[in-house]
Amino acid sequence: MSKPLPTPAPVSPPETDEFWAATAEGKLLLRRCDDCGIPIWYPRPFCPVCGSFRTSWSEASGRGTVYTFTVVHRSGIPRYREALPYVVAYVELAEGPRVMTNIVDCEPDDVVVGMPVRVVFHDTGQGSALYRFQPDPTAADDGI
Amino acid sequence: MTIRGRAFIAGIYEHPLREIPDRSNSQIHAEVAAGALADAGLSFSDVDAYFCDSSAGFGPLSMADYLGLRLTHVDSTETGGSSYVVHVGHAAEAIAAGKCQVALITLAGRPRSAAMGGRPGGGGATPDMVFEGLWGMSGAVTGYAMAATRHMHEFGTTSAQLAEVKVAASLHAQHNPNAFLREPMTVEEVLESPMISSPLRRDDCCVVTDGGGALIVVSPEVARDLSRVSAKVLGHGEAVKHADNGRLDLTYTGAVVSGPRAFEEAGVTQADIDYASIYDSFTITVIETLEDLGFCAKGEGGRFVLDGALVAPDGRLPFNTDGGGLCNNHPSNRGGITKVIEAVRQLRGEAHPAVQVPDCTIALAHGTGGSIGSRMGSSTLILGTEDA
Ligand SMILES: [Zn+2]
Repeated sequence: MSKPLPTPAPVSPPETDEFWAATAEGKLLLRRCDDCGIPIWYPRPFCPVCGSFRTSWSEASGRGTVYTFTVVHRSGIPRYREALPYVVAYVELAEGPRVMTNIVDCEPDDVVVGMPVRVVFHDTGQGSALYRFQPDPTAADDGI
Repeated sequence: MTIRGRAFIAGIYEHPLREIPDRSNSQIHAEVAAGALADAGLSFSDVDAYFCDSSAGFGPLSMADYLGLRLTHVDSTETGGSSYVVHVGHAAEAIAAGKCQVALITLAGRPRSAAMGGRPGGGGATPDMVFEGLWGMSGAVTGYAMAATRHMHEFGTTSAQLAEVKVAASLHAQHNPNAFLREPMTVEEVLESPMISSPLRRDDCCVVTDGGGALIVVSPEVARDLSRVSAKVLGHGEAVKHADNGRLDLTYTGAVVSGPRAFEEAGVTQADIDYASIYDSFTITVIETLEDLGFCAKGEGGRFVLDGALVAPDGRLPFNTDGGGLCNNHPSNRGGITKVIEAVRQLRGEAHPAVQVPDCTIALAHGTGGSIGSRMGSSTLILGTEDA
């Protein structure tokens, strides 16, 4: 089983205060363009697809699949070194964006591309939580 | 070439606020960009060149990503307060040279708010760095490893195929007395090296070395009077490939844009390339770049490098005959300049005799900056002998 990962608190720009506050309440928010409707990632108050500044928050399903990943065996980051080996991944959210994150709560060597995952939140103790993903057994039967 | 009458300033915008405590630098860059484009009657999708100073994040890459720009020309020349004047000049040169048509120049900063105890990260940290800085990314290898995983998943590329790239570089490095790694390697040895970030092992990575390099570029008139043989610049292409609003595809690089532009300008094809310096921060970098430059079809890179295809002098595409970043040198963690240097050595006929490509007339040098795991700058240069 993967070891507990560190929970560094994000030092975020003001535009993402609401995003991080929501993570502390167990919600993953997506910025969405009010003009063209596309979910925006990383969150910003600007749509890089149509150029609109009219954007707003909506809650993501928290479900997705592993787009790609790596099992980190050597790390130059002191806090993470304790947790080796750990998994860094891009998860493709059901809403579309591919989001950098960690895969947790499984053997690192069991992670595969396409694996269904669901979000879990790891509290930073500073009013925010890190969105990480664990295997999603409820999606296994859907043939996703 | 002169820029006289070859470029015009079509849009301007000055941010109306004088104290902005609650927005990031990135947002202010976005707001002034939108303002200037609106003034010009243009939109973000018209922009093909971006110029900025160090206020914009990681060179031009952060804001290119933020704004979703599709760029074929970038310049982040940093000369302090004169930067934007320099940028106008550089933009005019680039436009006159046909490198771009709509250049965006931005500046943003919040010294007043910062001096008044503004919150950390409100100005300096770009959002891309925030959202990618939490997960234990350990240097560049983590992102490249994720690209390798996806490439293997989609195309069946294997670790042994990646290893062939290192082996070819090592066969060249044995002839370079200055190379950091001089021992020829086998595929088996590469596959036995320690795993760093799966699927990339130690020997899939470039060396970490001190050092540097320099280049002198001159006019044809100056070149003509020099006794030393020059390499002729035949063509150049550049591009930024970014995370594409979270729809990033890690199986290709910005070379899909920079490569064709360079080939077109040079008037040559892949078959004309006698020697190629291919950026080799990691073995996967080479595999994807070879595909993207059109030396083989997408997904065929792993098979292309088999059977000594990259080994000089007789391989189908001799590459990195100095040993490359994988074995020779990757000064300051950046291998672009050594790529150009070895290409010039080949064109002058001054590579090591064991790896000199006979009658080397056309050479390519390709650089990759940033990360193929997120956002990157790609640049392809095609050079020829003086009479090419
Ligand atoms: Zn939009």
